[in-house]
Amino acid sequence: MFYFTLKRLFWAVPTLLLIITIAFFLMRIAPGGPFSKERPVAPEILANINKVYHLDESLPEQYLRYLGNILQGDLGPSYKYKDFTVNELIGLGFPVSAKIGGIAILLALLIGVSLGILAALRQNTPTDYTVMTVAMFGITIPTFVTAPFMTLVFGVLLTWLPIGWDDDNWTSLIMPIIALSLPQIAIIARLMRGSMIEVLRSNYVRTARAKGLSERLAILRHSLKPAMVPVLSYIGPAVAGIITGSIIIEQTFNIPGIGRHFVQGALNRDYPMVMGVTILYGALIVFFNLVVDIIYGFLDPKVRYD
Amino acid sequence: MNTEPVSLPPSSSKIVVKSRGLWGNAWRRLRRNYASLFSLILLAIIVLLCLLAPYLSPYEFDDVDYDNFSSPPSFENSHYFGTERNGRDLFVRTLYGGRVSLSVGLVATLVSLIIGVLWGAIAGFVGGRLDNLMMRFVDILYAMPFMFFIIMLTVAFGRDILLIYVAIGAITWLDMARIVRGQAISLRRKEFVEAAVAGGVSTFNIIRRHIIPNLLGPVAIYCTLTIPSVILVESFVSFLGLGVQEPNTSWGLLISEGVQTMDSSWWALVFPSLFLMATLFCFNFIGDGLRDALDPKDR
Repeated sequence: MFYFTLKRLFWAVPTLLLIITIAFFLMRIAPGGPFSKERPVAPEILANINKVYHLDESLPEQYLRYLGNILQGDLGPSYKYKDFTVNELIGLGFPVSAKIGGIAILLALLIGVSLGILAALRQNTPTDYTVMTVAMFGITIPTFVTAPFMTLVFGVLLTWLPIGWDDDNWTSLIMPIIALSLPQIAIIARLMRGSMIEVLRSNYVRTARAKGLSERLAILRHSLKPAMVPVLSYIGPAVAGIITGSIIIEQTFNIPGIGRHFVQGALNRDYPMVMGVTILYGALIVFFNLVVDIIYGFLDPKVRYD
Repeated sequence: MNTEPVSLPPSSSKIVVKSRGLWGNAWRRLRRNYASLFSLILLAIIVLLCLLAPYLSPYEFDDVDYDNFSSPPSFENSHYFGTERNGRDLFVRTLYGGRVSLSVGLVATLVSLIIGVLWGAIAGFVGGRLDNLMMRFVDILYAMPFMFFIIMLTVAFGRDILLIYVAIGAITWLDMARIVRGQAISLRRKEFVEAAVAGGVSTFNIIRRHIIPNLLGPVAIYCTLTIPSVILVESFVSFLGLGVQEPNTSWGLLISEGVQTMDSSWWALVFPSLFLMATLFCFNFIGDGLRDALDPKDR
């Protein structure tokens, strides 16, 4: 088990390194520097600026410097907000993004798993069909369609919920969180239904029923835990999905999180910002995949000997 | 007990039973799946509308109608879906956006098909250390934050449609490679392949007669499911203003423009969204139907 964990940890390193490398070189290919958008500056000043941002060094030197800085947790200065470092901007935005994303993923797990179990227990009944149809909608309709429509209906027409972001008003959280979790609810519900149906048909559940256990116990004690395993391994991709979705959500609802920073950075050519957010989110996805992998290894001994 | 003599049809000896192949059977099953059939027809209509866009409306996609800014849908002035805030006809723009979205779907899927099938087939058939190495590479790529890389690519190389096509294709091949590899490994050990080898059939003919037909099913299913996800990625990037550029348009860009004016002109948001959703639904239902049709034991 220790060896398995170590192996998984070992594989996270090249993944992270590749993310950083791709991000770095893509942003070095990109045209323009920190000041290229403003009026032209004298060559001496430009040379000074380049020196401050270490752009006068050779590419390998810059790359190594960037790697070294990341190891120390420093993502460099922002090209756009010159009084801030990327770290400071992320420090401001991350709590907001994490709050919305975290609640969204918990909500998705809670509702998705419940709906999946419900559909599996009532397989081929109207309940099942309703849940699966709704799930199909949830999977197919993209976040950038649901979010505006929700705003249009609940914000503009019915005026039940505030439009946009208000830090002091928790009701402004409702729409972003629901829009963010909808696709994940749908995917988790489908996953849970499928695995639950499979488990309910398995021999050990049949045995449990045959020995006279109540349906309640057969489900709660014997079916639920094994049926949760595929859902558990989906948490990694779910985190990735929530993070990707949050770019759209933060943009549509004007939420000052780091997804919005990323898009603004991409539009304003704030390269260190774009790199910083990509690396942070990449590391988060790798981390969650790792945690899920290791938990999975504990739960399912077959995985370890792959 | 039925003791009546069975009366045979007079020309029974002449009846030739035409055997149905895998694809004939699949088509029969698909036709009975009403959701898929309906999706197929609806999709054909959408594609046809997009192709015929220039002949269906008196307006060009970048014509500005100075009498009608943000005017609601009306048949009197031939703005069937209304106009957007710059006075351009939304019906034509929606269909032109569809051309971009659909072609991104097709081209990127083709790119992912080529890379994925080659990668998966090589890994699966060669096996051993190479297989291990190739699939580890896929595993590593799997953990990448892809949407971020696509956005970075558009920042680095400018907002070129062709680039978006290739970039999206280049990242969606991972699933295809895994599916093809799995198929290849199981096919390699199948008895009919062994029999063909033992019978002295050439490698080329084994691939042509046994491998490709057996790979085609899963690949076809996966392709129909890749197209909508690719369209989604393109719309996502365009929605953020990082994809297709004005005056060209795509469904994602139209939706983001619609969002900006949705409290005054709902039609600018509703029509492109409807087209996008209908297309995504169609592909998903066709994909599901195809899976049921080609692999009935999975139902």
